[in-house]
Amino acid sequence: MAAKAHLLIRKGRVIDPASGRDEVADLLVEDGRLVRIGASLDAPGADIVDADGQWVIPGLVDACVHLSLPDSGRAGDVTSETRAAAAGGITHLAAQPDCGPVDSTAVVRLIREQAGQAGFARVLPVAALTQDLDGVQLAEMATLARAGCIAVGQAGAPVADALVLKRGLEYAATFDLPVMFRPQDAALAAGGCAHEGPVATRLGLPGIPAVAESVELARDLLLVEATGVRAHFQQISSRESLPLLRAAKARGLPVTADVSVHHLLLDESALEGFNSHCHVIPPLRGAADREALLAAVADGTIDAVCSQHQPAGSFSKTAPFPATRPGISGLDTLLPLMLKLVDDGALPLHRALEAVTAAPARCLGIQAGHLEAGRPASLCVLAAAESRTLSSHWLSAGRNSPWLHSRLPGAVKLTVCQGKVSWLSD
Amino acid sequence: MTLAPPPSSRVQLTDDGKLRHFLSVEHLSRSLLEDILDTAASFVDVGGRAIKKVPLLRGKTVVNLFFESSTRTRSTFELAAKRLSADVLNLDIAKSATSKGETLLDTLRNLEAMAADMFVVRHQDSGAPFFIANEVTPGVAVINAGDGRHAHPTQAMLDMYTIRHYKGGFAGLRVAIVGDVLHSRVARSQVHALNILGAEEVRLIGPRTLLPVAAAESLGVTVCHDMTQGLKDVDVVIMLRLQKERMDSAFLPSEAEFFRLYGLNNEKLRHAKPDAIVMHPGPINRGVEIASEVADGPRSVILNQVTFGIAVRMAVMSMAISGQESSQNPEQGDQHGR
Amino acid sequence: MRWNEAEIEARLTAMAERVAADYGEAPPALVGIQSGGAWVAEALNARLATAAPLGSLDVSFYRDDFDTRGLKRTVKPSDLPFEVDGAHLLLVDDVLMTGRTIRAAMNELFDYGRPASIRLAVLFDIGHRELPIRPDICGETLALPPHQRVELRGPAPLVAEVIEIPVKADE
Repeated sequence: MAAKAHLLIRKGRVIDPASGRDEVADLLVEDGRLVRIGASLDAPGADIVDADGQWVIPGLVDACVHLSLPDSGRAGDVTSETRAAAAGGITHLAAQPDCGPVDSTAVVRLIREQAGQAGFARVLPVAALTQDLDGVQLAEMATLARAGCIAVGQAGAPVADALVLKRGLEYAATFDLPVMFRPQDAALAAGGCAHEGPVATRLGLPGIPAVAESVELARDLLLVEATGVRAHFQQISSRESLPLLRAAKARGLPVTADVSVHHLLLDESALEGFNSHCHVIPPLRGAADREALLAAVADGTIDAVCSQHQPAGSFSKTAPFPATRPGISGLDTLLPLMLKLVDDGALPLHRALEAVTAAPARCLGIQAGHLEAGRPASLCVLAAAESRTLSSHWLSAGRNSPWLHSRLPGAVKLTVCQGKVSWLSD
Repeated sequence: MTLAPPPSSRVQLTDDGKLRHFLSVEHLSRSLLEDILDTAASFVDVGGRAIKKVPLLRGKTVVNLFFESSTRTRSTFELAAKRLSADVLNLDIAKSATSKGETLLDTLRNLEAMAADMFVVRHQDSGAPFFIANEVTPGVAVINAGDGRHAHPTQAMLDMYTIRHYKGGFAGLRVAIVGDVLHSRVARSQVHALNILGAEEVRLIGPRTLLPVAAAESLGVTVCHDMTQGLKDVDVVIMLRLQKERMDSAFLPSEAEFFRLYGLNNEKLRHAKPDAIVMHPGPINRGVEIASEVADGPRSVILNQVTFGIAVRMAVMSMAISGQESSQNPEQGDQHGR
Repeated sequence: MRWNEAEIEARLTAMAERVAADYGEAPPALVGIQSGGAWVAEALNARLATAAPLGSLDVSFYRDDFDTRGLKRTVKPSDLPFEVDGAHLLLVDDVLMTGRTIRAAMNELFDYGRPASIRLAVLFDIGHRELPIRPDICGETLALPPHQRVELRGPAPLVAEVIEIPVKADE
């Protein structure tokens, strides 16, 4: 993608949740920077994008993406997946540390190189907290941070020993590295593949109780409090977790949280008929959990919504439900599903957009997710009124999605990532 | 957002409501279950003839695909298929060879070369027969011979046959299912069948560690933790087998305590109706879930269950192959040539 | 064309007389084919001086058209409450056409044992035979075009009617 020196986006509805701006305006991008937002801008010689009737929003920030490196067992590669991100309006994504695992600077360099060459999205690697994610020996977090990692985490791998975790958090706090947690008690979740509830009872699927999440979240929050580390909790799935998060935030702990968009749209009933495309970890929980999660996003208890993108080859889902690999390929659907939540009246528009732009940027501690003059331009032009069936536009190498053949709102027309056009629809 | 995965009834039935696969009792109609029982009744008679065989499935190939070994269940299916004059192939597939999903699919593709007309599937994963039914060549019937903790519909129909045989019907019946319901595919299928066939009440009795969560709302049962209370005025007591490994994973402290609290002896059986029958899907752990005095006693109908089992499997097999044939031959009508 | 109760009874009486004449003092065991044949067998038995052993067959498991038509929705158990080995059997059906049902019935009977003899009694013979089978006793012989059948309704009163059916290639 060639950098365009001047780009004038005209007459779009500019929505920037961070500043509250929502008006029809022009945007001028010069030398990669967003220089001005205003009415009837003029820029002789600039490429002009007519966004009349379309929306201009900040580039999406996805706080949880599982990328595909060789040997990760996932479909696609960094190029294919970041291209899918760009086509989905995503400009920044946090790559989880299970793609390598990310415990050496070589892996970090590889990810950054591949992403840089492809140029579709800004990939922000999360380093492993422990070597090989083994939960025993600390990874070289400071070195990894210097190599470009923005945070540390375990990508769902357990740290059973509370002492190891406490020291890991103290070490991370030393270098002011945020820690990403995906709380799930390994023993309570062992062998499970579905929410321990009425549907799993009927289908005879081994269950993962909600308390597997909340019991570990409680432990983690106390250790966060004890160590003072910045913490981000990923993929909260159960309503029992929400009072714990609220209480932690009320105590002023440096804590943020996200939820995967799937948990806002689906509940355990989606497993009916052994639909393995809805096999995810943490599992889809009850209808009441889904309602509570939506309310928690609306009131800010949960800061961000992510794709939890896990691209998988077709064989990974062609097996009996418990034997299938969990995960949904989510980059193609993050924005359409957020728009669907708005259409359904489940979330207000500005909050829904904030939850995939400014909020995740804040959780990750990065400068992104807003439209601010003077900053590198990362934005997305979107035909929100259009809707389309995704299968023919699908770009991720992982087609493992329950929405592959669904008709969803929104069509991304243009994505600009740090001043460069990363996606232009034809 | 509502997705529309195929509910089990749609996979199992032809467009005109005939059985095509038999994967789960759930979602099937009362009249279909009654058809199965009635057809089975016709087959019970076959076992008493000089030639214990009918030519119904002559030239058909039935493959017993057992990913989890069970000589007992496999034998009843084998005998049922042979009494229908089908050719039978037994395949015991080690778990290790199919721990990956693509291998299961490969196994299926390889078996298609054998031009099987029916797969009888036993698998350790819940839902495996659904997966197979969705993947097999059209025209091939799939019978679930037990999948994970999910379903064991032929065993449940055999139990229904036994209950109907002794009780005449299901109206007004109270049935207690006792023991390790959590891990029991048989219990799940029994509960669905009893509710569909119109039993008055199904009670699950056991400690909370062995009962699935939300059983009452999800399965439509009454949950009890006490035998005296749970067996009060029941017509049928179904005892489930307790696997020894439950003691190793903290479901129970000991066999002795389980037997004291939930094992069926004459003393506890007193609380049931005087004509209550006692059933057990077998094999029995004497002194663990059931005392010998009950297992060998006059209320026990455990042995007869085996005889009826072959007939029920013959019924289901012939109905499913029949359903496959009729969906392949849409011309099919009720007018028979004379 | 239809036959009222009296007309059917007249034919049954004539058939019963033939049975008595053919078998004399030792009446055969009557085996009616479900469901029309069983009604006819019962009616014949009621007209015989000495009641004969009475059984019924459901030939669903022996039909040769299972592959194309599948299993009948409700199959009744066959019921032969007498020893088949060495018995003289009179197979009874309501309508004889292709002969395939009779073949299926004979196959089934042989799975019970080796009868001394089998004869065939039918209320109506409507032709269109496909197998070398003829009735020994027949209430009425009809020559119907291929798109017509006789349907017996019962069990009480027994009446019959010619009905139209869609013509099929394989019949």
